[in-house]
Amino acid sequence: MAPALVLFYILAFLCVGGAVAMVTSNNPVRSALSLVISFLSLAAFYITLDAQFIAAVQVVVYAGAIMVLFLFVIMLLNLGAPEVVKKTRSFLPLATTLLAIIFPMVLFGFGVFAGLDGPTPSGASKLGTVGAVGRTLYSPTLPWLLPFEATSVLLLVAVVGAIVLARRKA
Amino acid sequence: MPKSLLASWDHLRDSIYNAFILPRYFHGVDLSHLVPYLALIGIFGFSLSILPFLIWIERVALGLVQDRTGPNRVGPRGLLQPSADVLKLFFKEDFQPKSVDKRLYYIAPFLTVMIALSAGAVLPLANITFRLPNGTLQNVPLMVANVNIGLLYMLAASSLGVYGIVLAGWASNNKYSLIGGLRAAAQVISYELAMGLALLCVVVQAGTVNLGGIVYAQDTLPFGLTWLPPFLKGSVFSWFWLQSLIVPVILYTIAMIAETNRAPFDLPEAESELVAGFHTEYSAMKFAAFFAGEYINMLAVCALNAAVFWGGWLPPFNCFPFTFIPGFVWFILKIMSGICLYVWLRGTLPRLRYDALMNLGWKKMLPIALIWLFVLAGYSLIRQIPVHLAGVHYTQAAMLSGGK
Amino acid sequence: MVPTSYYLTLSAILFSLGVVGVITKRNPIQIFMCIELMLNAANLTFIAIGHHLGQMNGQIYTIFSLAVAAAEVSVGLGIIITIFRSRETINVDEVNILKS
Repeated sequence: MAPALVLFYILAFLCVGGAVAMVTSNNPVRSALSLVISFLSLAAFYITLDAQFIAAVQVVVYAGAIMVLFLFVIMLLNLGAPEVVKKTRSFLPLATTLLAIIFPMVLFGFGVFAGLDGPTPSGASKLGTVGAVGRTLYSPTLPWLLPFEATSVLLLVAVVGAIVLARRKA
Repeated sequence: MPKSLLASWDHLRDSIYNAFILPRYFHGVDLSHLVPYLALIGIFGFSLSILPFLIWIERVALGLVQDRTGPNRVGPRGLLQPSADVLKLFFKEDFQPKSVDKRLYYIAPFLTVMIALSAGAVLPLANITFRLPNGTLQNVPLMVANVNIGLLYMLAASSLGVYGIVLAGWASNNKYSLIGGLRAAAQVISYELAMGLALLCVVVQAGTVNLGGIVYAQDTLPFGLTWLPPFLKGSVFSWFWLQSLIVPVILYTIAMIAETNRAPFDLPEAESELVAGFHTEYSAMKFAAFFAGEYINMLAVCALNAAVFWGGWLPPFNCFPFTFIPGFVWFILKIMSGICLYVWLRGTLPRLRYDALMNLGWKKMLPIALIWLFVLAGYSLIRQIPVHLAGVHYTQAAMLSGGK
Repeated sequence: MVPTSYYLTLSAILFSLGVVGVITKRNPIQIFMCIELMLNAANLTFIAIGHHLGQMNGQIYTIFSLAVAAAEVSVGLGIIITIFRSRETINVDEVNILKS
């Protein structure tokens, strides 16, 4: 087996294992940590896909900021004790497990991925550097500038919304 | 007569400079492939062997600040005190409280050390000059991973470092620990913004995110003024603390102290309110691991400060007595001055109140950093710095062109 | 090289796990984390396809997706804290005041 494939399987094991542990765990903190493992292995996947900038941003934003925020809220509300959340609707795991098995198989069956088995083109290795991403994102000839500005407005709305929500009523 | 003496002095100096230059290929081995391993040994050796010395510096300096003797029993001037402490911690009983979350309780301290050590991978320790077979010179920064996302990697490592503290606080199953972990999480998220923006101010000017490239970008004449004498090339005036107009370095220094949870921002372990904060329940080697992780974190952020704002391995002036000292010595000197700043502030400033800490981070440092980023972006546009300044035009060794 | 279809399969598995979590979990914070997992699965697809086609567009989409995720988390966690303050519980089965 090629080394790249071995690496893929190791990372995929970590990634899926983290996701499974997150879904099955009843303890929110355990759950969040499993998701961090999943996110970190996804960042490693991005590096193997020549997207170094996205990989770094994935670690900084998801693992470094979003998941720390999750942990902060879990600890702030002190939801550590598992008995806080009562188990109800026990028939759902069965149904959703079926869904989880069926869903990828359906995708395979329709042959969505059929045309994508070939090796990736070799010219892609320079795609993910900071300079390449920046030149594409801010290029005046490409259509990404307006969405970028719109994103900044979205973030501003999120900041204002979070402050309004979290403020205690005077 | 003095003229020939001068010429022979020039000759001697050049031959000494030439001794620093390695051939690229040595008996068929490409020496540039060995650079990462050398850097790896350097990072591990330096950061682990300097730790006892750091603790000694801190205790002695605090003693001086507080007008008391400090350690003075074990070894000359208490120099062996840290080693004795390590020995004591090693043989102490490893007490584990009954109600902790066992797995996380064990992982947390070692996670802290691992993440702190991993931050060193992208730090440029020195500059190595190779002579290619055709006689041209090639400059390579001495770093483990010469990647194009170096600065982002450092930010990621410093933001992951909080996991050890948060997990310790949660796994200890103790109110004080929990509050300590909560404070650490909020503090690190808040100050990371100002830290990232302060570093972005430099990236705007350097045109690269690679830390080696950022140091090379400082090896120019101050503010691009070409009529200045050559001994100012890459000098203390052309480093980014001055070129980014001083404000970013102040913001970064405040943010770096807050990121490493040191006084006056040591809210997560405030001993007057939280016993010992997140490491209340830890003893023996696990406590020692937290301690070591904190110091390695301090080294890492000070090294980033030195590389980004204070010229990395560059000597303060590009002329005779300074350029004879190898680059890594300058780098270590700059890191050590950062550590001394830490100790000085710890001995001088009282601990901040929690709301004052949040106000400083969100209402003062963040707006100032944002405004300064705009100012510097406009200033760079006016100066028309070529974006590919670093690494491309840099073909000749700085020390060879010095003084001629 | 690893074929692109492997990445897409992995992404489908992650997305399905996210769906399973959203349906079965009763804790809104965990539901939120499952949504994050689904977003990440989508990001992986974007980047894998972009790499396959030798294009930047996949990575640019991912950057926007990251920004949206950050905004969503800040507002969503704010909502959860507000609910907890007013009702002392965040179990989604008990937060049903809009039901008569």
